[in-house]
Amino acid sequence: MTLLAIDWILVLEKLILIAVIIFASLGIALYTTFAERKVAGILQDRPGPNRAGPFGLLQPFADGLKLIMKEEIIPNTSNKWLFILGPGLAMTAALMTCAVVPWGDKVELFGRTISLQIADINVGILYVFAVVSLGVYGIMIGGWASNNKFSLLAALRGASQAISYELAMGLSLIALLMTTGTLQLGEIVKQQQAPGHLWNIVYQPLGFLIFLVCAFAECNRAPFDLPEAENELNFGYHQEYSSMKLGFYLFSEYINMFISSAIMATLFFGGYDVPFLDESKLAPNMAAIIGIVALLVKVVIFIFFFMWVRWTIPRFRYDQLMNLGWKKMIPLALANMLITGAVVLYLHK
Amino acid sequence: MQALTNRAKSVDRKPMTFLESIYLWNIFKGMLITFRHIFKKQPTIHYPEQKRPFSPVFRGLHVLNRDEEGRERCTACGLCAVACPAEAITMEAAERVPGEENLYREEKYAARYEINMLRCIFCGLCEEACPKDAIYLSETFAPANFTRTGFIYGKTDLLIPNPKTEAADLAKAKGEL
Repeated sequence: MTLLAIDWILVLEKLILIAVIIFASLGIALYTTFAERKVAGILQDRPGPNRAGPFGLLQPFADGLKLIMKEEIIPNTSNKWLFILGPGLAMTAALMTCAVVPWGDKVELFGRTISLQIADINVGILYVFAVVSLGVYGIMIGGWASNNKFSLLAALRGASQAISYELAMGLSLIALLMTTGTLQLGEIVKQQQAPGHLWNIVYQPLGFLIFLVCAFAECNRAPFDLPEAENELNFGYHQEYSSMKLGFYLFSEYINMFISSAIMATLFFGGYDVPFLDESKLAPNMAAIIGIVALLVKVVIFIFFFMWVRWTIPRFRYDQLMNLGWKKMIPLALANMLITGAVVLYLHK
Repeated sequence: MQALTNRAKSVDRKPMTFLESIYLWNIFKGMLITFRHIFKKQPTIHYPEQKRPFSPVFRGLHVLNRDEEGRERCTACGLCAVACPAEAITMEAAERVPGEENLYREEKYAARYEINMLRCIFCGLCEEACPKDAIYLSETFAPANFTRTGFIYGKTDLLIPNPKTEAADLAKAKGEL
């Protein structure tokens, strides 16, 4: 009978954690849309949205309300089932990644020790990869179901871009995994936290650079926003979408940005680690709160970086994109992998 | 070939080196430029709170003038309507009856005076044509409206406040308060 003994409190605890993290991700994504417009404005010498509420802080709610109030249009030549599935899949895939990110260390509440990571699975990075590659289905299905040549072209571009850059991303991560020796994200953070061990960016600068470029491509952010190229493809795969289905697509992009920032912070910048601070000397709850804040600060810096790049450089041409992916990023990642392998082998002798 | 200007540069068609072709250095340079813009002064004028002053010769919405005793100056001669290139002005004349001397300056006055602000091109020819100094172009411009009829301004919209009875309103309209 012990097989059926489920720790119901654990289930409840995880459910609450899931709810909190999903709502936090949505909230952060909501305000990322606002921050994007604000950053765009400031980089272009203008104030950005400042009318709705103090400093324009209610702008994302106004935007959301506008999207919900819009008429829901499903083109009659489209495949209705897939047309609805597309944005849902994009959103789900974007949210699923946050399950394995360690948002902080353990907290002690009501006499229980709660880990601030939903699932510390031993194949953490592989899981992230799997879900990220699922995300491209949202684009592909949306583009295909719209029955529109621009959308289809955008979907094809999106798919080929995702495949090309996933390769380099994977190769750059292999080098990182050689130094860490584990796929578990929680473990990777603990290693970076350990005294005498620096953040992984110090050991893998080239790997980080490649990962960063590929993360831009995976999030379909400028300069890799070819699938939604406004000026040549008319917004690409979400051209036929309106109302909240469009909102889901736009929103999933911002969630992706948030999650990939969190993953980058976790893998290369010590996750919830605060430099020059010994967390073990603090009260565990205090340490956990400081850790969450530290991770969020890193994430915000990354998100700002994403926006800064977007409002600086123009979009790549399709052949430039492919050249960069296959002829530059993959050889660089391979070289990085070889060098890392050699160094690791040498140090272990 | 001789260059047409001294600023002409020949295009460099050398193939990119490997470092150039991963774009990072040039992207970095571009990002420094945008970063500098964060600290630049914004030229934005926050419109409803801040307004840019108009020049004194700005031609905005029309006003119909009164004299010092508060009598309407317009005699409905129709010269402004004739001068108007956009045919925006319509009027109907009426005769002053005894007892209205405090309202109208001369024996004839405009019973109806309408300007279609959608037709008006704000050229100011009506102002120049008026022999009685009755019509002037002010420094405000037409506010937005939901209907076309809202843009047809009648006498109540155009006449300035009476300097005798509504002196405070007049001062406010002139921006003196």
